[in-house]
Amino acid sequence: MPAGLPASGGRIRRPGPAALLARMVRRRRIVAAGLVLLLIVLGAALLAPQLAPYDPVALDVPARLAAPGHAHPFGTDEFGRDILSRTLFGARLSLAVGALVTALATTAGIAVGLIAGTNRRADRLLMRVMDGLMAFPDILLAIALMASLGPSARNVVIALGFVYTPRIARIVRASVLVIASQEYVEAARAVGAPVARILLRHILVNTASPVIVQATFITAYAMLGEAALSFLGVGIPPQIPTWGGIISEGQVYLRQAWWISIFPGAAIVLSVLSLNLLGDGLRDFLDPRLRYS
Amino acid sequence: MFSYLTGRLAALLPVLLVVAVVVFMLIHVTPGDPARVLLGQDATTEQVAALRHDLGLDRPLPLQFALWIGRAVRGDLGLSFFLRLPVTTDIAEHAGPTTMLALLGLGVALAIGIPVGIVSAVYRNSWLDQASLALAMLGAAVPSFWLGLSLIVLFAVDLGWLPSSGYRSPGAGLGLSLHYLLLPALALGLPNSSLIIRFTRSSLLDVLGNDYIRTASAKGLPRPRVIFRHAMRNALVPILTVIGLTFAALMGGAVVTETVFSLPGIGQLVVSSVLRRDYPVIQGVVLLVATIYVLVNLAVDVMYFVVDPRVRY
Repeated sequence: MPAGLPASGGRIRRPGPAALLARMVRRRRIVAAGLVLLLIVLGAALLAPQLAPYDPVALDVPARLAAPGHAHPFGTDEFGRDILSRTLFGARLSLAVGALVTALATTAGIAVGLIAGTNRRADRLLMRVMDGLMAFPDILLAIALMASLGPSARNVVIALGFVYTPRIARIVRASVLVIASQEYVEAARAVGAPVARILLRHILVNTASPVIVQATFITAYAMLGEAALSFLGVGIPPQIPTWGGIISEGQVYLRQAWWISIFPGAAIVLSVLSLNLLGDGLRDFLDPRLRYS
Repeated sequence: MFSYLTGRLAALLPVLLVVAVVVFMLIHVTPGDPARVLLGQDATTEQVAALRHDLGLDRPLPLQFALWIGRAVRGDLGLSFFLRLPVTTDIAEHAGPTTMLALLGLGVALAIGIPVGIVSAVYRNSWLDQASLALAMLGAAVPSFWLGLSLIVLFAVDLGWLPSSGYRSPGAGLGLSLHYLLLPALALGLPNSSLIIRFTRSSLLDVLGNDYIRTASAKGLPRPRVIFRHAMRNALVPILTVIGLTFAALMGGAVVTETVFSLPGIGQLVVSSVLRRDYPVIQGVVLLVATIYVLVNLAVDVMYFVVDPRVRY
């Protein structure tokens, strides 16, 4: 052990995530707005069974196409189903898809990026493939994949996860290339640290900031993507209340009952807005070079 | 210039090859046999085998790919499963509305994005800047299909100013065509303006920090002249990039927006083909759009080269 280096195991106290978040909110007030919005959406999704005034799939034909009012704050659809309840339950699916797509794309993207960043021969092939995948408009590739996989919530996650993997892979690869040439990585290699340990403890940890920022945006894209797929009828089957699906059902009744389509859409806007605000704030906070003068 | 172009074209080949492989594999990642899916569960094993043979699915995969790509580069995308018509004919019949919508959508996005971006940069940190950025933020969060429905509720149902659906080709009169396309173009253009606002703002801010801008102001030129004659000319070059990037979002968005306004475009073709599992059509459309996207970005790079004499490769 060279002198002057802290003994392994002797950890420097780092601020926890909560402290970092608090610091970030102090510096960028807009992040707080994003966080509050996101917490509202998360709360609505988690507490949907408690908050929803009605069963989201219960039919009540006498109350069909009821305008927003006391009994039904967001109105009802052509079967008398309560739009508020359906929107609340839709939040669960939308957020779950967003989170799972992000998890899938991030895991796959990190794997591809690490391999490409550390193996020159694999790099050429993998990055050409990633370039090729990014030549498709996101939604069109997702639609085409859904055609092959068939409509289901699981397949929406697979299709969108596939579509967004290249974004993470590119970022991880670029960071790995920069970080791998840094002196501290060389030092770790010089003291004989195993490759896996160097990758994990020294390289991967330092790619975290850009990956977290991108992952926030991917969650937002994935929620928009799922809504578009379900709206087109190629995403999650219509038996399950999803925001895109409810909007699509309301399209037919737009002249008599605008509320069916408008409220779930507003929920999409709020959720995506909250994630984008958070992502923007995170980017400014984690990468000071990007901060506007 | 010539060597630059050939170099760029050569670099495109691997990307296009990957695009082709992905599109080709679409039909092969289906769970189960595409021939069985097409014929339904009632078909006999002989019928399925016969169709497999007709579609060439009984040949080795690399051979199938070679034959498929060989035909595709000659402009033959095969026959659709459903109507047994050439896919290229199908696409050609649906290309008009989508092209019109995408171009008008781009027009709307630029007409909003560039002025708002300029205002945002010129009045940096003022309430105008904040409002512009808020608009950009909101635009990025609004799904175009939902915005389309909201515009229909407002302008077609409530006010009755514009039609809620349908398409008239420009051949039948440009005014009428625009009348039908205005709402779809707004629904597509507004969300796509947000990237352009941000890009214009940061690009103009970069330029405004230069010495020659200070010089222009110092010699007493009026502010608008400094901004439009000196700053904007240089700021516009990077904005070219964003137009190339926006193209993918526009094409994807057009596909979704069309279904809201019942435009008989590529989007309707794709969605109906997905529901019918008409793979040749889906493959043809996706291959064509991705190829156009790659070429548009090549064109943008070449324009960089033409527009900005400082760019040398």
